[in-house]
Amino acid sequence: MDSNMHEEWVRVGRTSAFQEYSRKRKAFLIPATIFFLLFFFGLPLLAAFTTVLNGKAVGPLTWAYIYGIAQFFMTWILMHVYVNQANKWDDLVERARHEVAEGEGR
Amino acid sequence: MFGLSDYATAITFFVLIILLTLGITAYASMQNKSTSDHYVAGGKIKGWQNGLAIAGDYLSAASFLGIAGAIALQGFAGFYLSIGFLVAFLVVLLLVAEPLRNLGKYTLADMLTARFNMSSMRSTAAVSTIAISMFYMIAQLVGAGALIKLLLDIPYAYSVIGIGILMTIYIVVGGMVATTYIQITKAVLLIAGSLALTFIVLSNYGFNPFALFNAVESEIGSTALHPPAPSSITQSLDVISLNIALVLGTAGLPHILIRFLTVPDAKTARSSIVWSTWIIGLFYLITPILGYGAALFVGQDAIRAASPEGNLAAPQLASTLGGPILFAFVSAVAFATIIAVVSGLVLAASSAFAHDFYTNVLRNGEASDSEQFRAARIAAIGISVAAIVLALPLQGANVAFLVALAFAVAASANVPVILLTIFWRRFNSTGAVAGMIVGLVSSVGLVILSPLVLGEAAIFPFERGSPALISVPLGFLACYLGTVLGGRGAEREREQGLQTDYDEIYVRSLTGLRPEDIDQEAAQRPRGH
Repeated sequence: MDSNMHEEWVRVGRTSAFQEYSRKRKAFLIPATIFFLLFFFGLPLLAAFTTVLNGKAVGPLTWAYIYGIAQFFMTWILMHVYVNQANKWDDLVERARHEVAEGEGR
Repeated sequence: MFGLSDYATAITFFVLIILLTLGITAYASMQNKSTSDHYVAGGKIKGWQNGLAIAGDYLSAASFLGIAGAIALQGFAGFYLSIGFLVAFLVVLLLVAEPLRNLGKYTLADMLTARFNMSSMRSTAAVSTIAISMFYMIAQLVGAGALIKLLLDIPYAYSVIGIGILMTIYIVVGGMVATTYIQITKAVLLIAGSLALTFIVLSNYGFNPFALFNAVESEIGSTALHPPAPSSITQSLDVISLNIALVLGTAGLPHILIRFLTVPDAKTARSSIVWSTWIIGLFYLITPILGYGAALFVGQDAIRAASPEGNLAAPQLASTLGGPILFAFVSAVAFATIIAVVSGLVLAASSAFAHDFYTNVLRNGEASDSEQFRAARIAAIGISVAAIVLALPLQGANVAFLVALAFAVAASANVPVILLTIFWRRFNSTGAVAGMIVGLVSSVGLVILSPLVLGEAAIFPFERGSPALISVPLGFLACYLGTVLGGRGAEREREQGLQTDYDEIYVRSLTGLRPEDIDQEAAQRPRGH
């Protein structure tokens, strides 16, 4: 049973729908992850080693606060972009399932 | 702090909220029929419910009491906690949540052993889960102790013990269904309380946050509005280390991760993260208003007098601005928060013990449901007692920074192994076990060597004690070295049945298809095709 199942999984992996999903997922996740990690660590790095964020930006608000608040919006926006993408990928998973059922990937 | 009738008000509110949450627990426990219900609420929680429950789990005493206090006393430096705790959700959403849900069953170890079929993997994951939950619980209990001491004027030690007993009752009686509903109730109360405080603070400044910031500048000084200027390399690295722990830690927190196992599919896992990220983000966005409000209206000296690191700033603000009723409400909410979060933690830790260690390691997977249940309950009691004892000497620490240590341990012990299990084809079981042990031992070890525990005699110089800058890379390094130097290589392990083939893991973690999804299709396939 287990080894049979293994073969089934591998067949799902070989379907063109799954390949497309895997490619699209990587193409999104790798740059997105690099982007948000750089964006996130920019704040503590600038704050810990320089004083460029200590000046006033808008009224009494310092650049540090502007950057900090920007992280909130970055998180919400990237989150929704990802969820939109991922909901589309669900169709590819569904297609991969059908392709296996139709005998593809052997 | 107040007259006699105000004490009565405070206590009445307290009792009401405790009865409310206990009532929910009792109601839920009637529906808690199976082992799967106990651990993961039967996998049938809805997206928005789970989102609120995640927010409830996440917005602990650290967020409500600790961050407000840290911003009140340290200004911008406290806001790092808010930012890091939130951005961390991107790591969870993009990298961890769906694969975890797709591979796991009840616990974190289930997900890891989906790939590494070894009892050593399972017991290491159980130990790491228990250690992280314990760190996290200690912080909650420190907050609880301070709060009850302020509210009821009973000694710190008694209040810690009292909370400990209550949380044990919750978990032993209710299981995951109960903690899910408690988290939802409490998340709503906590947000209502914070919004009320924010509203009152801002009403004093014509609802203009800029006016509040101007007042901070003129009354407290502009240093409160920006990060401290770099003074030494150690201090700078300390800041970086804290931020590494904050942003990576969430992806390794067992009590948050098991929340993704309570939803029926990846879509629901996603929608629950969207809900929780909005709620949590909006909450963190108002933390500067709470913190600066406390600094302005209560005064930094009065905050320090009540708790040296500012753990009581938010309740003090409520009492100054809203009198005994608001104070009682906010304190009761904080109290409910702590009980709810601690129950979630005890649950994660006791499940790890009962399911991963007792059932699958000691009993070779052959324990009956009722035996598992009993083991989980006994473990819950043992874990609670241990956390109470460890919380007793830490009364002077800021709870948010204590929680950040739990994040550091999670980031070091769990995150490298989780990420590599999902994404690295060559990863093997030796690397996984080694990475987890090295991450755990180095992070806990550095905390013990830090000023937080050793004081003046500290060997590890970071004032906040956050070890992540060193222990996270060590965790990754151990995963790599363990894989390359030790063991048999992924291919050999697969042949010996110690590891599931990565092609299969990759497909399963990305698709969330269950065996029956494919079997069903296979059954429908026309013959002779």
